[in-house]
Amino acid sequence: MVKNIKSSQSILLEVKSLKKHFQVKTSNQGIKTVHALNGISFVLHEGETLGLVGESGCGKSTAARTILRLVDPTSGEIFFKNQNLINVKNNKLRSLRKEMQIIFQDPFASLNPRKRIRKILEEPFDIHGFTSSKEKNERIAWLLERVGLLPDQVEKYPHEFSGGQLQRIGIARAIALSPSLIIADEPVSALDVSIRAQIMNLLFDLKQSMQISYLFISHDMTIVRHFCDRVAVMYLGKIVEIADSYSLYKNPSHPYTEALLGAIPSIDLEIKKQRLKIKGELPNSMDMPQGCAFYSRCPIREKRCEQSIPELKEIKPGHQVACFLSG
Amino acid sequence: MHYNSYNNLRNNGNMTIQELLVKNLKVSFSTSEKELVAVRGINYQLNKGETLALVGESGCGKTVSALSILRLIEDPPGKIMSGEIFFDNKDLLKLTKKELQAYRGKEIAMVFQDAMTSLNPVLTIGEQIIETLLRHTSLSHNEAKEKTLKLLEQVEIPSPQEKLDQYPHQLSGGMRQRVMIAMALSCSPRILIADEPTTALDVLIQGQILDLLKKIKDETQMSILLITHDLGVVAEIAKRVMVMYAGEIVESGPVKDLFRSPLHPYTIGLMKSIPRLKPTQEKISKLDEIPGVVPSLAQTPSGCPFHPRCPSVETRCKTEKPKLKAIKDEYHVSCWLH
Repeated sequence: MVKNIKSSQSILLEVKSLKKHFQVKTSNQGIKTVHALNGISFVLHEGETLGLVGESGCGKSTAARTILRLVDPTSGEIFFKNQNLINVKNNKLRSLRKEMQIIFQDPFASLNPRKRIRKILEEPFDIHGFTSSKEKNERIAWLLERVGLLPDQVEKYPHEFSGGQLQRIGIARAIALSPSLIIADEPVSALDVSIRAQIMNLLFDLKQSMQISYLFISHDMTIVRHFCDRVAVMYLGKIVEIADSYSLYKNPSHPYTEALLGAIPSIDLEIKKQRLKIKGELPNSMDMPQGCAFYSRCPIREKRCEQSIPELKEIKPGHQVACFLSG
Repeated sequence: MHYNSYNNLRNNGNMTIQELLVKNLKVSFSTSEKELVAVRGINYQLNKGETLALVGESGCGKTVSALSILRLIEDPPGKIMSGEIFFDNKDLLKLTKKELQAYRGKEIAMVFQDAMTSLNPVLTIGEQIIETLLRHTSLSHNEAKEKTLKLLEQVEIPSPQEKLDQYPHQLSGGMRQRVMIAMALSCSPRILIADEPTTALDVLIQGQILDLLKKIKDETQMSILLITHDLGVVAEIAKRVMVMYAGEIVESGPVKDLFRSPLHPYTIGLMKSIPRLKPTQEKISKLDEIPGVVPSLAQTPSGCPFHPRCPSVETRCKTEKPKLKAIKDEYHVSCWLH
């Protein structure tokens, strides 16, 4: 059983009160702050897959980029293998990056159209110090085979591949240096249904064979349910609920999680849905509400929710919710 | 011949009134090298007041076949090679451009996936809807404005008066899609063709838009042809469904039958490859996958187009092409196994 990961299991990644605010110019010469990430904390254990779900604009991709320090956080701490990524110097960060990789949503946009596949896959080795070209060639042939492509495709350009094949190349690049953590940012959202399953299965195989831990970012609750050991639900830059996958889907305890699960169009005609109807849209992250971020859309809100912010609290071992009205 | 578009059929004791009939529609695109056939002779009817879904993966021809109804395929490179599309006792493919203009947007309206590119960025919401009304109705400008406000209310846009003077970029994706729907409804069309209307939206907003489409269909009795890749959306909103693969309809029938026990190996594969939402304590395992990829238009396989990926392939599937045949009431499948 993968669930109930013991706390004794070693922690690979720990994120503490991570915040990222962006300054943007407004039309009337003013400067406003976009609160993309408002203090998120979680741990990812070795060998675990943690899902990060939420709607567009909830901050999940900003979380991915900030954790890898592709953008610098406003405040907070990120511990990867017990080293605080906030303090490490450039050289050290570069060597740590071997172990932390990312797969992007759009395979067409994330591979350089003017480079052959060989060049794209050589790059990680060139940067991180494989020198002999024989070694590189062997490694690239192995990578292609590992992700289900043929070795003779190595001289082709990205436009000669389908979306699914390009995503395989993106994955090959990510696993080239045998990382221990991969952040997968919507890796199958741009793909067709029949190809999605192929790519998900590939990610699953790699997890088994290469001991990779995933931070799996997605808006698709069905794929997350299938693939993740634990799930964190984000809303407006905060985690509003986090639990092991089974508990979260069985007993969603934040009204937002409940609404998300209820809104998913399901092909199981038997499932009678008690849909929690949510009106309105995600508030603008430039004008943060004073109290609970979900207040404006919440069907069960109370007075206190408008004035104070609920913090994450444990309602069952391993199941945390940020709502005054649950638990 | 079905020249009478009000061809009444008996169906479960209810009268089914045919609104649109598509016969043997073939559409191709010419490239510098060869002519690629995107839609390979499809037949179906859309009944009054029903929601019919056309589902398939990218490149299967679902959008092309929908655009062909109003002849919105750019010609060249696109070309409707053959077929008949009957609406209102007329073959839409035989009308002159001017005659067809009377149907576009008025009797048959469309909603597209990307509302941002479908709306004019330099006109306000009000101007765009009023323009549609002035073009197709005899309303005065003031009456058209009144009507526009009512339409925005109907699609549940908050503070509609304010929205009249706003530009598309000032609205969220969900609100823009509501505006598109309001515009499509402006002339009370008999048919709404919705091409991936919720694909670009978040799941909560998708739910809102699907609820809205259901509500409007019940209020107006219009027919909806829904084009989508998402089987979940089909289950949510459609009564009947047609599954397309490589330019052909391979299976069609009532949603409740087709989803419970699909018959075509492609449909079966698709259904199995989708993870389920039910909470489970089972260990994470692999999904069932369909091997291979959708064939390119330039190299459609011989025989049954699905045979290279089919787990139940037999010898004749490789050479002989199965026809779409009725196997029970309202249910069709094209596969040698059935």
